[in-house]
Amino acid sequence: MSVLVYTESEEGKFKKVAFEVASYAKAVADQMGTTVTALTINADEVSELGTYGVDKVLKVNDSKLDMFNAKTYANVIKQAAEKEGTKVVVVSSSADSKYLAPLLAVGLDAGYASNVVEAPTSASSFTVKRTAFTNKAFNFSTIDTDVKIVGVSKNAFGLKENSASAAVEDFSPSIPENGVHVESVDKATNTVTIADAEIVVSGGRGLKGPENWGMIEELAEVLGAATACSKPVSDLGWRPHSEHVGQTGKPVAANLYIAIGISGAIQHLAGINASKVKVVINSDPEAPFFKAADYGVVGDAFEVVPKLIEKLKEFKAQNA
Amino acid sequence: MKILVCISHVPDTTSKINFTDGDTKFDTNGVQFVINPNDEFGLTRAMWFKEKQSASVDVINVGGPETEPTLRKALAIGADTAIRVNTSATDGFAVAKQLANVAKDGGYDLIIAGRESIDYNGGMVPGMLAQLLGANFVTNCISLEVDGTNAKAVREIDGGKETVSTTLPLVIGGQKGLVEESDLRIPNMRGIMQARQKPLNVVEPVDATKETSTVKFEKPEPKGAVKLVSPDNLDELVNLLHNEAKVI
Repeated sequence: MSVLVYTESEEGKFKKVAFEVASYAKAVADQMGTTVTALTINADEVSELGTYGVDKVLKVNDSKLDMFNAKTYANVIKQAAEKEGTKVVVVSSSADSKYLAPLLAVGLDAGYASNVVEAPTSASSFTVKRTAFTNKAFNFSTIDTDVKIVGVSKNAFGLKENSASAAVEDFSPSIPENGVHVESVDKATNTVTIADAEIVVSGGRGLKGPENWGMIEELAEVLGAATACSKPVSDLGWRPHSEHVGQTGKPVAANLYIAIGISGAIQHLAGINASKVKVVINSDPEAPFFKAADYGVVGDAFEVVPKLIEKLKEFKAQNA
Repeated sequence: MKILVCISHVPDTTSKINFTDGDTKFDTNGVQFVINPNDEFGLTRAMWFKEKQSASVDVINVGGPETEPTLRKALAIGADTAIRVNTSATDGFAVAKQLANVAKDGGYDLIIAGRESIDYNGGMVPGMLAQLLGANFVTNCISLEVDGTNAKAVREIDGGKETVSTTLPLVIGGQKGLVEESDLRIPNMRGIMQARQKPLNVVEPVDATKETSTVKFEKPEPKGAVKLVSPDNLDELVNLLHNEAKVI
């Protein structure tokens, strides 16, 4: 009966979202009067999950699972859910979890709600609040099936500490073959990804050309932030598509989003709206972004950004 | 190669989002509907397969008669045949089930859907469809090549990309990158005229129980006014971000 949460790791270490989905699973388990079981796949050290309310860990370690594969991972989670007699499975909104969740839903005959931002109102009606219309609205939905899957939005529920000591059980599921084979993974190392970043620094067409991105990268470095860009910038080929954030690009749910030289088209704002605090730097006081931002600086980015970098360096030096 | 492209009929990206009937229904009043952008990238890639590899391309939508102009637009862009499953799209699973029912007898080698629709953002239809059909599945797909029954696809992952090899039959969840924005096609007059003559087949739905139900919608709280900081006083911005917003 326990709530099952899939706590993702990378190279043996938990991703931050693992603790957020564990916190969410604990809230659901409390409503249902049950416990939380976490499933880990090739994680090294799992005891930290106890801090977020996990009572039991099903620990899978198998070199056949070194490479993420949606169908195989969905099958492993299904086996764990069946073993635990789970009624609610909690996953994150990472690219991998969003890939596997629909496969798992069919496998478990479970209804699935994605982009969920709050715990269900009650365990009996199981109404969840999720974002829809690319963050322009919320949708309240019931999940009507016996087994339910909740995909939790990043940075929405937050981390909640709930001390428990997690009992660890080794779990050896069967690992079926499947028809999609990973040939290569091309991943930037040593840079913060937009998906994981707490702070995102984003540049728009106001920066006039790709040669001016040095200050954006420097600002990002000072803040430990990821860099991103608006759609026109990626369409013009100034920056790679992987940096494009907005409705047809990547969603951003950071703690702090800094938009530089971005006017704030409705499609852009929709994509970054889930970020908690938004700062805009733009020379045009009429730019729509000022209506969506928490803090704004009306000024020339080429003057403001270098000054801001200096101020932040001073701040970091004082608070180091 | 026989391709099926799943087309979601969605409000234009610039639409104002409002609700009606006690906030239980999307207010379509004055809203322009378009092909879901993620599906349009896939449709355009399908046109490439049609032109370079002689593929046939069908398009499908699950929805009422009001979605037909969107299907006609897909025909005007170059699809050969359109199929409309005559039922309203209630939830992701029910839609996937309707699509699977048509696809299973259609002999499709490749099914292209968008990674998610920009209205409900469920992101579940392509995966559920693949699983219901027992087909291979790649989502967040930004590149796709097909050679015989082999396919090579690139998937966008958090912080990079991953290249995979797989075989047909295949379902993909596509997005920008499959083709570039500049590759998207605006139907020309000839295409629009031809589209009127192309078949748009209406298929009756099968029983498909939905698994989730919308209770209501809510719009986000209106935002407070922006706090402006002078470009000559950036210490204040650092101070606000540290002490007030607590994000640095």
